[in-house]
Amino acid sequence: MSSKANTMPQGPSRRGPGMQAPLGKKLNIGVFKRVLKMLFKEYPVLVPITMICIIFSAISSSIPAIFSQRIIAIIEKYFMDRNWDAAKGEVLGNLAILASIYILSLISFIVYTQLMAIITQGFLGKLRKRLFNGMQNLPIKYFDTHQHGEIMSHYTNDIDTLRQLISQSLPALLQSGIIVISVFSIMLWYSAWMTLVVVFGVICLITVSRKIGGGSAKFFIRQQASVAKAEGYIQEMMNGQKVVKVFCHEDKSCDEFNKINNELYEHSSNAHAYANCLGPINMNIGNILYVLVATVGGLFLLSSIDNISISGMAFEISIIIPFLNMTRQFTGQTNQATQQLNSIIMAMAGAERIFKLMDEIPEVDDGYVTLVNAKFDENGNLTETEERTGIWAWKHPHGDGTVTYTKVAGDVRLHDVDFGYTPDKIVLQNIDIYAEPGQKVAFVGATGAGKTTITNLINRFYDIADGKIRYDGININKIKKGDLRRSLGIVLQETNLFTGTVMENIRYGRLDATDEECIAAAKLAGADDFITRLPDGYNTALDNNGSNLSQGQRQLIAIARAAVADPPVMILDEATSSIDTRTEAIVSKGMDRLMQGRTVFVIAHRLSTVKNSDVIMVLDQGKIIERGSHDKLIAEKGTYYQLYTGAFELE
Amino acid sequence: MLSRLLKCVREYKTISILSCIFISGEVFIEVFIPFLVADMINAIKSGAAMEEILQTGIKLVIMAVLSLFCGSIAAILSAKASTGFAKNLRHDLFAKIQGFSFANIDRFSTSSLVTRLTTDVTNVQQSYMMIIRTAIRSPLMFVFSVIMAYRMGGALSLSFVVVIPILICGLFLISRNAMPAFRKVFKKYDKLNESVEENVRGMRVVKGFVREAYEKKKFAAAADDITNDFTKAERIVAFNSPIMQFCMYFNTVFILFIGSYLIIKNGGTTIDVGQISSMLTYGMQILMSLMMISMFYVMITMSIESIRRIDEVLCEEPTINNCENPIADVKDGSIRFNNVSFKYSKNATRNALEGINLNISSGMTVGILGGTGSSKTTLVQLIPRLYDVTEGSVEIGGIDVRNYDIETLRDNVAMVLQKNELFSGTIKDNLRWGNENATEEEIVDVCKLAQAHEFISTFPDGYDTHIEQGGTNVSGGQKQRLCIARALLKKPKILILDDSTSAVDTKTDALIRKGFKEYIPDTTKIIIAQRVNSVEDADMIIVMDNGQIAGIGTHDELLLNNNIYKEVYEQQKLGGEDNEQ
Repeated sequence: MSSKANTMPQGPSRRGPGMQAPLGKKLNIGVFKRVLKMLFKEYPVLVPITMICIIFSAISSSIPAIFSQRIIAIIEKYFMDRNWDAAKGEVLGNLAILASIYILSLISFIVYTQLMAIITQGFLGKLRKRLFNGMQNLPIKYFDTHQHGEIMSHYTNDIDTLRQLISQSLPALLQSGIIVISVFSIMLWYSAWMTLVVVFGVICLITVSRKIGGGSAKFFIRQQASVAKAEGYIQEMMNGQKVVKVFCHEDKSCDEFNKINNELYEHSSNAHAYANCLGPINMNIGNILYVLVATVGGLFLLSSIDNISISGMAFEISIIIPFLNMTRQFTGQTNQATQQLNSIIMAMAGAERIFKLMDEIPEVDDGYVTLVNAKFDENGNLTETEERTGIWAWKHPHGDGTVTYTKVAGDVRLHDVDFGYTPDKIVLQNIDIYAEPGQKVAFVGATGAGKTTITNLINRFYDIADGKIRYDGININKIKKGDLRRSLGIVLQETNLFTGTVMENIRYGRLDATDEECIAAAKLAGADDFITRLPDGYNTALDNNGSNLSQGQRQLIAIARAAVADPPVMILDEATSSIDTRTEAIVSKGMDRLMQGRTVFVIAHRLSTVKNSDVIMVLDQGKIIERGSHDKLIAEKGTYYQLYTGAFELE
Repeated sequence: MLSRLLKCVREYKTISILSCIFISGEVFIEVFIPFLVADMINAIKSGAAMEEILQTGIKLVIMAVLSLFCGSIAAILSAKASTGFAKNLRHDLFAKIQGFSFANIDRFSTSSLVTRLTTDVTNVQQSYMMIIRTAIRSPLMFVFSVIMAYRMGGALSLSFVVVIPILICGLFLISRNAMPAFRKVFKKYDKLNESVEENVRGMRVVKGFVREAYEKKKFAAAADDITNDFTKAERIVAFNSPIMQFCMYFNTVFILFIGSYLIIKNGGTTIDVGQISSMLTYGMQILMSLMMISMFYVMITMSIESIRRIDEVLCEEPTINNCENPIADVKDGSIRFNNVSFKYSKNATRNALEGINLNISSGMTVGILGGTGSSKTTLVQLIPRLYDVTEGSVEIGGIDVRNYDIETLRDNVAMVLQKNELFSGTIKDNLRWGNENATEEEIVDVCKLAQAHEFISTFPDGYDTHIEQGGTNVSGGQKQRLCIARALLKKPKILILDDSTSAVDTKTDALIRKGFKEYIPDTTKIIIAQRVNSVEDADMIIVMDNGQIAGIGTHDELLLNNNIYKEVYEQQKLGGEDNEQ
């Protein structure tokens, strides 16, 4: 008669149970309220309906106690006379009411479980989208300062705990709470004395299981530490497996692993033993409590003590029997409720992490200058146009309502720029750079000298601390970030490709590019040759960041992707570092064509790549220490000269 | 598949069986308790003496204590058995992987091996615990309860004849429909998460191309699709509880009705109120055990995938093994390739190496040059038998490498891999991979030779400096030099450097090569490089192109008669020294 069945998992969850234990955290009420508020806001009708159904089915599942009491009373009345015909009416009458309550309860139960499935998944879907949309709006800084694994765990672990919360913990808690209350009232209805005995027993039960739960938490923490250690070791050894082979180190790494593995076994077997014991202990304390209630009940019955009850009934066998069942229900549900409380606390920790990501401040964009297609009218004036003309203009609305158009030429100037990723650590100091339209500007310097940082400032992944950056004479702070970035093509050292075909990856540069345009871009980048030799040519599917391609091939695709975007300014950050010198020689012609007529910023370790630049800037610890053409810098015999002759290591 | 996995239970077999026995005991007592309870209730009802009630009460308490005892022992044993099983699985997997050849390793990605050793093993552990705890318990509980219910309730147990088939059919239908739905949606879910990860990783590209809105749209479509599928699957499963509830309700009404009829009709002689109450308990136990069995089925199907993945590793056969009567001594460092062809997999259409013939005498310095994909690395990997040739043979000291003891061979042929790794531990720990018993002096000697001593000395802790996992706290050039030193410590007869000085500046690079010439003149040195000046002064330079030897000779000879070599040389001279990476 208990409603244990209600708490069966609603669907398989892929995370095994038992690995997580509440580690003595407190419930965060604020987060809890926020989750509820969101739920009500997303489903203003369905959530209340579901709640009503839950409450109804909970109450109706505690009602049978009343009917079994009545029926037993009827039996008591008639069984001595063996007069079934006289009893029949009363029995059937009561059963009919019970059956109708049951039917209603079943209906509400079906409604609630179905609605719950809809609400849970719908809510999680909405949450996922909000999470993702919020994430897209965050500045690069967020991604630079958070580990990717950590961000990912919001989408996997944290969402999973919320699923548990919404589909199971919350309804179960509500249900258990209602059942406990209604059973408690029914018990009081029959007998206060007996209720007292039950409550006393339940308190004992909770105390014991809390004690054991606390003990198991300690072991679970230890287990967690061993798991982390073992995973770290496994990760390291799997990564270095080939080195292990080359050094015949197999036996030694096995020995080391065995040690770690045994320790993990010790801790996890203890943790699980504790957790497993909880079941039998709870059940048997329940059994003992049952005996206690029966004995005390019998005692009351015999000693004819005055019963105190709301109903005013005296002690009778018809009270004691339903009481026994109610004892089971009461202990079961209280247990249930305390357990749900634990998982709610855990889910709140997950919700808190999700909210933290959602509450991150999005990238601010105060820009109002936009990038538009333009053409020259008969009078030679620049005007805005809808179609793609290959000519771009900055549309600059002014305070007085007038709008001016400036042709996008690719003139980029940095004046006296200072910058630090954190205020207390300056990375760039007094940087002055003038890149005229069509010029090729190269940055050379050791890792950490600030080369990439400069490019991060030009496309406003980060904002400068001091100084000014002007793009075609416009302060870049006035340009809308999206438009600014659209006018800059970037190719990074670490190539990121997306799941999809080669063609789709190239088209990422410009979504409306035709196949022909994409292929032309690939030819320009020197990628066409290897792409056509792939099994499916341009339709070859890439996954896992293009793991089926070599690093050099991925870089070629990334270059093609930037080429199809056809921006006036390009930033090449170690874009050809993984292409071997021989291939690079082949590619370089295409690269030269690609760079023609554009302002290009190039970062490269390989000095042959930057040699033909108009200006080379040698950076050291955030300062430009040398600048000039290759010939000029060689003649100066400074740092660049040393680098060039190989007397100096760049690392 | 399953039996191969179950073999790993080994020493925990006894505990597993014992645990099942104790669980059976627990079930038996548990089933017996309602029987006593019925007696007790009847005693109370009939107004029996307190003594009688107490007697039954004491019996019940004893039963509860016994059940607690059995239950706890079973709980502890099953925890030990399942975690022990997991330990054995991890041990076997790890040992198996250690025995893998390069070809085996190539078949599995690193991350997939890590998953198998962690998540998959945990899944199997959970399932195993579930099996020994409920696979016995639930059917036993079911059978015992049915028997007891029949013995006690007689006609009352008719209710179960109706309820049990309904529940079984219901549960069966639900899991049959829900499982495929869940499997499908989980696959999509994994894909979705992969694409999020891709996004997080490539955020600079997304933002750089201003594709935020595009990505949002793409994600929303995928997320909605998954939400729909998930909802469908969950709605099927959501029928589980109402069916269970229905059976319980039916049971209650039926038993109350027939029970009261029988009692009144017979005046409480065959059955009494106590029986009614206990019959309801039995009903509960029977239905719950059926529910558990269906849960159990779900758990097992969920972990089938893990079992399959673990099994895949366990039954993978190492492709390279010692031959019978292996030779444990390498005479000298001469190398011969006799008409060698090689491909990475049987199904590959093209050979990675084709018709290679080489003759390298002991003590020579050999340079290898060629573009990416020209199979330079493939060529040298055949020497320490990291892969076996497909055709032809490779000989060291006049003997086919396949006839040597693998450990002897690899101790004598030290190879510094292109993608090299340092491990967490001190510098000294790392170097000792080359020779466990190396003295301090030997360590300093090889580090001087590899031009690593100087920078190690500048570290506050010198040779005891701690290296982070993956060697992230030393620079690329430093890491490469440490890896060279580590290989030198083996005192090999043949030393292979696979692009191992690419991050080292040319001056240091030259010093390393000079040291080799002076201090290890008898060791055959094979150097793969991108830079011409790394191989310029070698006794022999091999130019590789497309899996074939495009030219062999000294620097001067190749400049005269090899176009590729000339092209690379001129391009590099023209472009100056390249100090990449």
